[in-house]
Amino acid sequence: MEATLLPNPKDTNATILLMGLRRGGKSSICKVVFHNMQPLDTLYLESTSKPTTEQFSSLIDLSVMELPGQLNYFEPNYDSERLFSSIGALVYVIDSQDEYLNALTNLSMIIEFAYKVNPKINIEVLIHKIDGLSEDYRIDAQRDIMQRTGDELLDLGLEGVQVSFYLTSIFDHSIYEAFSRIVQKLIPELPSLENMLDNLVQHSSIDKVFLFDVNSKIYVATDSSPVDIQTYEVCAEFIDITIDLDDLYVENESGTRKQNSTSQQKELKSVSHLSNGSILYLKQMIRGLALVALIRNDEVRNSANNTTNTNKINSDFSDDNVDVLESSRTNNQDSSLAIIDYNVNLFKQAMMRMWENSRFINPNEPLERGSSAESHLYVSDSNGAGSGLYKGINNNGSTTQDHFN
Amino acid sequence: MSHSSRKKLLLMGRSGSGKSSMRSIIFSNYSAFDTRRLGATIDVEHSHLRFLGNMTLNLWDCGGQDIFMDNYFTNQKDHIFKMVQVLIHVFDVESKSINKDIEIFIKALTNLQKYSPGAKIFVLLHKMDLVQIDKREELFTIMMEKLQKISNPYQFKLIGFPTSIWDESLYKAWSQIVCSLIPNMNLFNNNLLKLNSILESEEIILFEKTTFLVISSTASIQKQETTSEELDPKRFEKISNIIKTYKQSISKLRSNFNNLIIRGSNGTYFYVDVLTDNMFIMIVLKDKTPVDSNSVQQHEELLILENIRSARKWFEKIESTGKIESSANSLQRA
Repeated sequence: MEATLLPNPKDTNATILLMGLRRGGKSSICKVVFHNMQPLDTLYLESTSKPTTEQFSSLIDLSVMELPGQLNYFEPNYDSERLFSSIGALVYVIDSQDEYLNALTNLSMIIEFAYKVNPKINIEVLIHKIDGLSEDYRIDAQRDIMQRTGDELLDLGLEGVQVSFYLTSIFDHSIYEAFSRIVQKLIPELPSLENMLDNLVQHSSIDKVFLFDVNSKIYVATDSSPVDIQTYEVCAEFIDITIDLDDLYVENESGTRKQNSTSQQKELKSVSHLSNGSILYLKQMIRGLALVALIRNDEVRNSANNTTNTNKINSDFSDDNVDVLESSRTNNQDSSLAIIDYNVNLFKQAMMRMWENSRFINPNEPLERGSSAESHLYVSDSNGAGSGLYKGINNNGSTTQDHFN
Repeated sequence: MSHSSRKKLLLMGRSGSGKSSMRSIIFSNYSAFDTRRLGATIDVEHSHLRFLGNMTLNLWDCGGQDIFMDNYFTNQKDHIFKMVQVLIHVFDVESKSINKDIEIFIKALTNLQKYSPGAKIFVLLHKMDLVQIDKREELFTIMMEKLQKISNPYQFKLIGFPTSIWDESLYKAWSQIVCSLIPNMNLFNNNLLKLNSILESEEIILFEKTTFLVISSTASIQKQETTSEELDPKRFEKISNIIKTYKQSISKLRSNFNNLIIRGSNGTYFYVDVLTDNMFIMIVLKDKTPVDSNSVQQHEELLILENIRSARKWFEKIESTGKIESSANSLQRA
């Protein structure tokens, strides 16, 4: 991937700490999300004896640290204080199919300790293995666990602590959804990224767009429309299919080729037209990220709904063949694809600048960091301003900036 | 529809060997997991599948429990074994009673020799995923030698495949089985070569639309090709598998896909597009001249799609004319 093109930043990784009682499913989560293991194969995992770490770099460098369940963190020889002070998010896994009262006591003890050491920590609770529970019971279990945790924290005098709860299972996409939310909380540039994606959606008649980490299928950002789990699944699988097909036609000696020429590699892009007129669109971004968009048919068909710019191009095309409805529709799609291509390229450039800037600025002030990246982005972009569509993005960009200031 | 285009396939084997699972995966879009829900097949389950427009496959999935089996070889034998084009016999590699398996195979061969001596015999050694990887090939050759020896007195030539529902080997086996039934294979191949010479592509592959079994490919026609050796020899089956997964994932959006264009990370271009009502085509192109301009690439994409569009009518013609002579004429006129 292109991640090697740009040097790694010097600053320390954001760390996610994965904790829970033994047999809660922590290693299975790691294997499924980061190693593409089949969920059924996780039955044969050994019990974890040492803390293990997964490194992965999406927009920021992340490492996920998994602690063995049977560890006693409050043994004096274990340096838990330093550990908790260095992490960004604490993920606690509760087995919802088991008796969870023990886990809740353990959780509140850990929260109390971690919060004392590091008050900025994000605390996330995965109510895990919900695949075995019936629909009604899931809600009950969640409510019960939330209630009890609240009570425990109140007893400890910690009512101000924010705890987020997720219902997860490795047998569907809920675990990816939960991890996406957790990772997103650690990315300081997220609001500006989301704004950029919103702009992209507005000006390209896109239905839904995700920014995926290619290896783990976690999405780093998406536009502000609600996430439909089916769209997410289709988009995630689209990445798999594209990469699988691409890998098939790599010659055998590619091992040496990969090493000497990363610059020669082209960015991966794939487009698929569906029979209902929708289009699936994938384009590789920086650092192992890929942008996947679903473009719906009705927007493409009704050119009236499109932006003024699309309209202009459409009319240019359809002057020649007004009668042939079918061909004008394909023209329509082609031209809208060209615009999307152009806009996505702009988005990619913006992302590269944002990423470059984020490395030079003190990581302690995330808000300022976001806004300065933002302003840099739009100022320098305006040099190349040419089309009306692009102006649209620029205008919106300045409003984003206002929001930050 | 002429009578000759109906093909009768017998799917036999002892109970639990995985016959219905295969059928469901290849022809009914089941995933390998879903096959756990299948129950025992009672007696014979018939399915009629349209394949490539004018060909109908009558698949007789014969339940494998001993009661049914005895019945096939005694009361129903003329009904079952008459006019059989293909016998697909499935062996479970994990089976405890191999002698009993072979005994049934011999019975089937005896009846076939009597009622339809021209039938083709395919043997599938199924559930190969349960055997250790380094022992698979050895087991397969031993088993095939043994079975060939048994069937020698009946003058049948066996074609065997190691298969498993958990990988792409199943697609390989079935694509060869089905291809052996296509009558105007040469025409497809000739046209495919012509198209290839126009496009100068790396490879062109034809797929059947519903099952995504490989019908033909340029690499399999020109065997002397040097480039194909470097590529993954299992790629056809893998592509079948990948695209079928894609089709299933798209069905979540209540839709199907028309085409798929991938610009690969190392200069490879993939075009998967509808060719006829029953076929998909996949074209793989290698980027020879390093052109970085975006507009040139865009035009090239359109050009290739246009080429596919004009190839469409030739392949449609071959398909619509079931008889070999008439379509050969139409080609000569061109």
